[in-house]
Amino acid sequence: MTLADLKPGQRAVIAEFDAYVPPIKLLELGCLPGNDVELVQIAPFKDPIYFNVNGSHLAIRKAEAAQIEVHPVNGTEAHE
Amino acid sequence: MSKSINVALIGNPNTGKSSVFNELTGLKQKIGNYPGITVEKREGVCKLPRGLRAHIIDLPGTYSLNTTSLDESVVVELLLNKKSKDYPDVAVMISDVENLKRNLLLYTQLKDLKIPVILVINMADRMRRKGIRIDIEGLEKKLDTKIALISARKREGIDTLKAHIANYQKLSSEPVMQASRIAPDYFDRLQRAFPKEDLYKLWLVITQDTNFGLLDRKPPATGTNFKTLSDSELKRLQHKETVVRYQFINDALKDTYIVDREAAKGLRASIDRVLTHKVFGYVIFFGLLMLIFQAIFDWSTYPMDYIDAQFAALGQWVKSTFPPGVFTDLIAEGILAGIAGIVIFIPQIAFLFLFIAILEESGYMSRVVFLMDRLMRPFGLSGKSIVPLISGAACAIPAVMATRNITNWKERLITILVTPFVTCSARLPVYLIIIALIIPEGSILGFSYKAFTLMTLYFLGFGTAIGSAKILHHILKLPNRQFFMIEMPPYRAPSLKNVLLTMVEKTKSFVYGAGKIILAISIILWFLGSNGFSDEFQNADSIVTARIANEGFSLQSKNYIASNLESHGQKESEDEPTNDAGKMAEEQSMPIGTYKDNLEEQARQQEIASYRLEHSYMGVMGKAIEPLVQPMGYDWKIGIAILTSFAAREVFVSTLATIYSVGSEEEDTIKHRMASEVNEQHQEPLFNLASGISLLLFYAFAMQCMSTLAIVKKETNSWKWPLLQLGVMTLFAYLVAVLAYQILH
Repeated sequence: MTLADLKPGQRAVIAEFDAYVPPIKLLELGCLPGNDVELVQIAPFKDPIYFNVNGSHLAIRKAEAAQIEVHPVNGTEAHE
Repeated sequence: MSKSINVALIGNPNTGKSSVFNELTGLKQKIGNYPGITVEKREGVCKLPRGLRAHIIDLPGTYSLNTTSLDESVVVELLLNKKSKDYPDVAVMISDVENLKRNLLLYTQLKDLKIPVILVINMADRMRRKGIRIDIEGLEKKLDTKIALISARKREGIDTLKAHIANYQKLSSEPVMQASRIAPDYFDRLQRAFPKEDLYKLWLVITQDTNFGLLDRKPPATGTNFKTLSDSELKRLQHKETVVRYQFINDALKDTYIVDREAAKGLRASIDRVLTHKVFGYVIFFGLLMLIFQAIFDWSTYPMDYIDAQFAALGQWVKSTFPPGVFTDLIAEGILAGIAGIVIFIPQIAFLFLFIAILEESGYMSRVVFLMDRLMRPFGLSGKSIVPLISGAACAIPAVMATRNITNWKERLITILVTPFVTCSARLPVYLIIIALIIPEGSILGFSYKAFTLMTLYFLGFGTAIGSAKILHHILKLPNRQFFMIEMPPYRAPSLKNVLLTMVEKTKSFVYGAGKIILAISIILWFLGSNGFSDEFQNADSIVTARIANEGFSLQSKNYIASNLESHGQKESEDEPTNDAGKMAEEQSMPIGTYKDNLEEQARQQEIASYRLEHSYMGVMGKAIEPLVQPMGYDWKIGIAILTSFAAREVFVSTLATIYSVGSEEEDTIKHRMASEVNEQHQEPLFNLASGISLLLFYAFAMQCMSTLAIVKKETNSWKWPLLQLGVMTLFAYLVAVLAYQILH
């Protein structure tokens, strides 16, 4: 499962990076393995997506998000 | 003289850095550019305790010292260059209380550079609402520095910060951690290869694509086994470095920064659900756009009319006060008109930046980018281009200035290049008069043909802009290594001080930056229009007077005199008291004979002005380019109007008024005169459907605006782009106009 597959309100933990390492900007803002991430909003045309990681509220395009593996956290339900 | 120290303000975007800067420096600030690039350089002076003075430089916002844009490079370049006159004695790092953890990443990097750093934790007023408690003393120990807990907008804690700055010599300048432990072998080799250089600096230089200059890159003469790493290995090391830094930060914050999530309150999520909603999101955005348009189009006409009237009055005053001659004309018609051409844009620029500053300060701008990104992507642009492009419908000048928010240089350049295609308000007078002249009455689906044409022109402008953006995206070969990411900051009430300062700053930047060029071009245009080498020009007065004596007035002048006499007569017979100002009352009381003499004198002057313009350099040029404009269906008179309207598109109408010796700029008068013009070559009305459409298209596409060129020169810091823009747009406009005329004719 990737960051792009989360639904609004759903939480997950970022998985270890494998072959792909996200751009340095994302790492600096806290997009690191083991950190919690919550999907906040998806833009009207399904792209970009807006999430909260490590207290940073960021929007990135779906193509980028689809490369970041996450483990969903149970017990968080998608709203709407 | 008191001692002055250099202080650099550094911090992540959205931490209220500019508020802190404004509080420290008050209005004693200077905004310029870094030499050779278009990044804004903000400096100011601040008085400190014990008679110290601080020279404060507000560096562009950056998340870290790993740079991906020009703005960020400026920060690193200054911090690596000890020889720079701006090299800081002390750095002040602004962080935001809610995002302290990730702000500290930059802090650990700054410490690695061995610069003393004061940590400012801003927005302290939000702590209670967010359930945050901080053990300042404990954190100071862990971070090995002084901390100022402040609230810049509420002006709290500024004195503490000033005291810390004044005591900068007592601060430690040692790193808080060793970044080199991520790859000891590698860093060891690096140090041996460059024994004179600082390890962290070397690391920055190796990992950035930017050339930071001034760094001694030559390895020592003795052979070393220094090996470089591949890009992907470097990237992994950067990843490791970030992890190590966060480990240190988490440890430092563990007992000193406590967040009670239960106590935290926030409206962000609920506001976001509305503002980025698939229906309401767009409705609200377009509603706000309408408001901004209303301001730029409508509200700004009041100050603009006022400015116009004041400059006209001033010009008249100069002419009547100083002895007639070239010098007086230069002042009244060249310099004053040029300055008026700059000042007239101030209301529009001020209004646009008032709104942009409010949208940005409140955090809403990021939501607009989020909403529009997907829609702009097919054209090679991102959501960040939407506000400049739409602002272009009011005026391209503030729109080009608004592109500064686009961090990706390629996207920014493309946006600057295509924005002038968007139908700006200066095209409107030209469109209106030509549409009124050539588009027949009648309607389709309740829409009049005329309204339909005007709307088509607006769509055409915007369509051409985004269409050419797509083309430019493919043909411009520029590095485009940035990926799209935007921070969605919390919503905040905008600070009035920050908003007003932005407004003043942008206006000044236009007046001083583009003003010089605009003034120079308008003086040249004035010179070309009011000077000539031929005998006809020199003796225009006697030639026209003699012609009037021999052949009588031109048909146009006769009509002018007759219609005025008629209305004069009517008024006299009605014998109503008029409320109109002095001029009318004067005319009323005049005996009919004197009134007629005055009219004839006016008509004579108009004919002389027309004759002069025809034989001026500008007129000669207009005639010289007649073969060029003939394929578009125009004559030399329109040629002249096209040339003069380079000063500003709306000048087209007033130039035609002069050429046709119509005294006033009354739209109806000019329209009648234009309608009666005959194309001598084809023996048909000069303004017919074919030539009219061709003219509309020419004005839709041509870069007929020196002020825009001036601001593009300023924003791209080179003549290459504005000249390319001028060349390509004019050529394209010409070809389309020729094609339209040839097909429709």
